[in-house]
Amino acid sequence: MGRSLVKAYLAATAAVSLLLSTVSAFPQAKATADNAPDLAYEAVPNFFQAPAGDYMGELQGVATNSKGNTFAFFRGPQTRLWQFGPDGKFQKEIGKGFYGFQFAHSVRVDRHDNIWTVDEGTNVVTKFNPTGTKVLMVIGHRPSQADGPYATPKGPNPPDEKYTLCRPTDVAWDQQDNIFISDGYCNNRVMKYSPEGKFLAQNGGSAVGKGENEYNLPHGLQVDHQGNVYVADRGNNRYVVLDNNLKWKTAYTQYGTAWSDCISEGPHQYLFMSNSNPNGNGPGTWARTGQIYKAELDGTPIGKFGHAGKIAPGWQVVHMMDCRNPNQIVAGEIESWRMQKFVLKGSK
Amino acid sequence: MKRLATLLLAAVALTVPALAQSIGYSTSQPLMLPHDTFFGMAAGVATNSKGNVFVYTRNGEPTVTLAGSRTFAHGGSSLYEFAPDGKFIRQIGKQVYGFLAAQQVRVDKNDNIWVVDRYSSMVMKFAPDGRQIMLLGRKPESVDVPSSPDTGRGTPPGSGAQSDLFQSPTDVAWDADGNIFVADGIGNARVAKFTRDGVFVKSWGSRGTGDNQFKSAHGIAVDSAGNVYVADRGNNRIQVFDNNGNFKSSITSGGDPEAICITPGAHQYLFSSNSNPANDLDHGGEIYKLELNGTVVGKFGQAGKGLRDFGSVNAIDCRNANSLYVAEAGNWRVTKVDLH
Repeated sequence: MGRSLVKAYLAATAAVSLLLSTVSAFPQAKATADNAPDLAYEAVPNFFQAPAGDYMGELQGVATNSKGNTFAFFRGPQTRLWQFGPDGKFQKEIGKGFYGFQFAHSVRVDRHDNIWTVDEGTNVVTKFNPTGTKVLMVIGHRPSQADGPYATPKGPNPPDEKYTLCRPTDVAWDQQDNIFISDGYCNNRVMKYSPEGKFLAQNGGSAVGKGENEYNLPHGLQVDHQGNVYVADRGNNRYVVLDNNLKWKTAYTQYGTAWSDCISEGPHQYLFMSNSNPNGNGPGTWARTGQIYKAELDGTPIGKFGHAGKIAPGWQVVHMMDCRNPNQIVAGEIESWRMQKFVLKGSK
Repeated sequence: MKRLATLLLAAVALTVPALAQSIGYSTSQPLMLPHDTFFGMAAGVATNSKGNVFVYTRNGEPTVTLAGSRTFAHGGSSLYEFAPDGKFIRQIGKQVYGFLAAQQVRVDKNDNIWVVDRYSSMVMKFAPDGRQIMLLGRKPESVDVPSSPDTGRGTPPGSGAQSDLFQSPTDVAWDADGNIFVADGIGNARVAKFTRDGVFVKSWGSRGTGDNQFKSAHGIAVDSAGNVYVADRGNNRIQVFDNNGNFKSSITSGGDPEAICITPGAHQYLFSSNSNPANDLDHGGEIYKLELNGTVVGKFGQAGKGLRDFGSVNAIDCRNANSLYVAEAGNWRVTKVDLH
């Protein structure tokens, strides 16, 4: 790059970052799959019971295991992981004070009921055993506290690095237990690791982009039974589909801002997508966005349900859904610090 | 004789207006904390319909933790509930993500408890049983060290741009329909209106000295007709708006208001505290009782540390127009003030 080009680039970057820092970083996009029918649903009020006198914070991650337990990973005064019973009652806290918990982003449960957390403060993905009593694996590493206190980095993203994650967002597995990680807020890529945690493949890089094999904040991901990977490319308002080797297949663009996705279990799998409406958007956006969409894996819309709202059963930014049972959705909300359960009744 | 009369007249002229405006009062500190618990900066005080008293106070250290690339802040403020006789009942929300730097607590007509936090830039609504039921604004994810006063999210502070995100909000109030008005605040200089369900309607005001501008929007109250009164601390006035944010008038008879309160009932009064800054005990500190049109009914108190003095009042509860609670940020105490 010539000097003038560098200058122009810097100026453009500064202008963009000023814009990003002063306005909402990612303006909410309206889904265009408007003709999708409304699905009848019921909210189960106050299903999940926190311990008396205690509170959940920003609900980043929700997941269930095969036994019907629900896990909530949230940002309270500390980042905390709670387990609830099938009846919705609080059972226990997992990993209290754990070195890998700093700023929650995702919790998922694999097909063996191991509990995985993704933390975008420590930049670590952790695999716990099903009872949450042992750490089985960590991916990424936490920078040393000896580096001292410093503010949010303003500089360039770190280079593409196989084993260093930069504010990772989500984790998923295929049927062979290969590990897929969306990474994240300061990289813009999808990683594939072997079941033993060895690097296998990468799609995307550190730079932001909007073309094929590029991302602007990969914010969540899921893998279907065939091994295809579905990435919530939040800043690009699309869900990207990759094959098992992270080769680009297609993208679904009609579902608004891609906050998070979920693929149900069972012989016929469905894809759920959250188009949530965060604070910072202007008056009038609330009536237009906030739904959860249900689709076939090929992207064909089936229906939508729910609405934005600060009072339950509305929701204020569904950051993650659990859809193990496609008719029972658990939604975790960032901005209302809630975890709600919804029963889908099918088409109206 | 003539000279004496002149002197007497002069003395009357000097003292009578002050005497006429002075309201007799007595003070007490009835709130009893558990052993080894203390108020720090007493930011907010409010009563519910049963006479229970809620205090939101900065009495701990916000803890800043070092993450991989950012710093996060947690804790530092506490919300306490007391019985009408002052006995301690409980602490609410010990583990609440948004409790960082106490700014205000208010209780609505249904006894819901609303907490305003300056550092997390959030307004948090709790049901009477302590369940958290609604949130406005969003806490910044990470903080810069050293932190800046405008630590919230959203549009540039004081710019006047529309937003439902806050920058150091200070206070919350409601009209008869339950619409929510947030004084936002110190970082911003504006008012934000939401429906009772929390849907953002609009915001108005920017930094400045003209009508519809604020030095800081430091307190807010709504009368039974739905007019909105905003304490424009730094500009020595209370600005009055209609329910949709249209400027109506400025009241300049209440000092430089840091805290305001409007009484319930058929005849409503407006209390305004001309609070002294923390570094000045020699001026101000008095609280004015006004008619809603700004006519002075009287005043009481002065800056100081004595039992009848006020130290930087940050909140007034005036559910009972003749028996107030004031939260003194400078004296780290909550004082009950009975007016005679």
